[in-house]
Amino acid sequence: MLDNSEGYVTEDGRKIGGVVMEMKNITLRFGGVVAIKDISFDIREGEIRAIIGPNGAGKSSMLNVISGFYVPQEGEVWFHGSKRPQMRPFEVAQQGIARTFQNIALFEGMSVLDNVMTGRLGYMKTNIFQQAWWKGKAEAEETENREAVEKIIDFLEIQHIRKTPVSRLPYGLKKRVELARALAAEPKLLLLDEPMAGMNVEEKEDMSRFILDVNDEFGTTIALIEHDMGVVMDLSDRVVVMDYGKKIGDGTPDEVRNNQEVIDAYLGVSHD
Amino acid sequence: MPEQLVFAMEVILNGLMAGVLYALVALGFVLIYKASGIFNYAQGVMALFAAMTLVGIMNGQVPFAHLINAIFGTHIHYFGWNVPALLAIILTMGVMVLLAWCVQRFVMRHLVGQEPIILFMATIGLAYFLEGVADLMWGSEIKTLDVGLPQGINLWIDETTFNIFDYGFFIDNLDIVATIIAALLVAALVAFSQYTKQGRAMRAVADDHQAALSVGISLNFIWVMVWSVAGFVALVAGIMWGTKSGVQFSLSLIALKALPVLMLGGFTSIPGAIVGGLIIGVGEKLFEFAIGPLVGGATENWFAYVLALIFLVFRPQGLFGEKIIERV
Repeated sequence: MLDNSEGYVTEDGRKIGGVVMEMKNITLRFGGVVAIKDISFDIREGEIRAIIGPNGAGKSSMLNVISGFYVPQEGEVWFHGSKRPQMRPFEVAQQGIARTFQNIALFEGMSVLDNVMTGRLGYMKTNIFQQAWWKGKAEAEETENREAVEKIIDFLEIQHIRKTPVSRLPYGLKKRVELARALAAEPKLLLLDEPMAGMNVEEKEDMSRFILDVNDEFGTTIALIEHDMGVVMDLSDRVVVMDYGKKIGDGTPDEVRNNQEVIDAYLGVSHD
Repeated sequence: MPEQLVFAMEVILNGLMAGVLYALVALGFVLIYKASGIFNYAQGVMALFAAMTLVGIMNGQVPFAHLINAIFGTHIHYFGWNVPALLAIILTMGVMVLLAWCVQRFVMRHLVGQEPIILFMATIGLAYFLEGVADLMWGSEIKTLDVGLPQGINLWIDETTFNIFDYGFFIDNLDIVATIIAALLVAALVAFSQYTKQGRAMRAVADDHQAALSVGISLNFIWVMVWSVAGFVALVAGIMWGTKSGVQFSLSLIALKALPVLMLGGFTSIPGAIVGGLIIGVGEKLFEFAIGPLVGGATENWFAYVLALIFLVFRPQGLFGEKIIERV
């Protein structure tokens, strides 16, 4: 395990910083069902952190706790060195935590450009009267945000569909637009809920490349969920493994791969 | 030009202007329906409430005067001042924003995620509640509303048409003003929803709640805003209808006229509300003019609803509404 609080340097030479987010003894229950049982882990600045586990392990629940959609019954969430009070999801987003969803949540009626622009809402400070007047501050603000958005659109190679209504796009591109919207917010922490679910091999490779590029180019801290072991192992710096709501492994991909409990959870083991 | 055709032209013009007033009420419905999926039955009562509040403030009436007098045995009814129209309109708008906040805080917030029919029932309750509050606040007698809008026949149109057709058209100045104001209002609403930050957030909320939350939009704030905008539209409609036919209970029934307009135009389309309103306005006036005498008149009472029924059979989503596709 790595416990150097100053961070570390990865094999490919990227510098990983201190702890950005820390989950302490999180327990989440739905009635009698325990979705997450006393889990703790941390996410460091600049790293790609994966949460993996078989179906129903509580991965998505964990992501929803981080993004404020679920409120855990027990445990604490620490963000940038201070304990986070109970927050609603939009407040969490305003704090700089952006996310995507397992079943894509885009604004279907809007164009790709408009969708990505909504990611910048937090950066628009002019009031309604300034916007009505338009000239001056409001116009400058729009231009500035538009430039930031165009940069991301270029980066994710979706220029050709900028004006297309999202509802007309194929699944793989929708996923990419959702990533673009999350990136537009220039998040301190980016949460990806099964970014490669339902994709073919080629699309998966594309998405993997984009995730790595985003991390490399913008230095974005990324936490992602996946149940495809293979993809995750190539992508991430450290991995948390969950099974039936419990944490059964935490460490570098190699450490996790050789963990007997993880192997059992994935391959199944008879308990007789 | 044959006399009948000239008459028909006048009827169409009048119909267009009546249609604008219908569209004005329908707009309020569309705004709330688009952003929150709620069919707001109380929209008509909101227009009544706005008009009564406006008159009350202008006349310097003491709100809840009857209630206060009954409890304390006093006899106060008026503050003894008159508030200028423009200031009164601004104050009334403040009251409508407060109302929007109350609706969101005390009613809608507790019903998030409920079935549409439950939300609809809640707005019926809201309608009766608001009607009672309006009576209690300002008294239930019929009042006249005069904010200084021009009224009466437009002489210029009368003279010009007389010179051309040998027959002067009767067009009310108020209808002309209403048309201009409605056009400005629609332009402003479209610009607001397309180009401003809040408008973009409003469209986002209308589209997907979860996604809106994930980009940092507060649903509560947007809903208060939408109800405020609907309150503003209700105020404008209240001023127009109140000036035209007095501020009285029947004002809240204009909401019923907005229903066929919405069925025609589609519940989710701002241009649809306008076009639907115009079609109903012109349609019922022309029908009354052409067919009315044959069936004994009074067709204006039912024409709009029959037209809406026919639309429901052949194009249930309306002219501009989003097509309803159920995937199995």
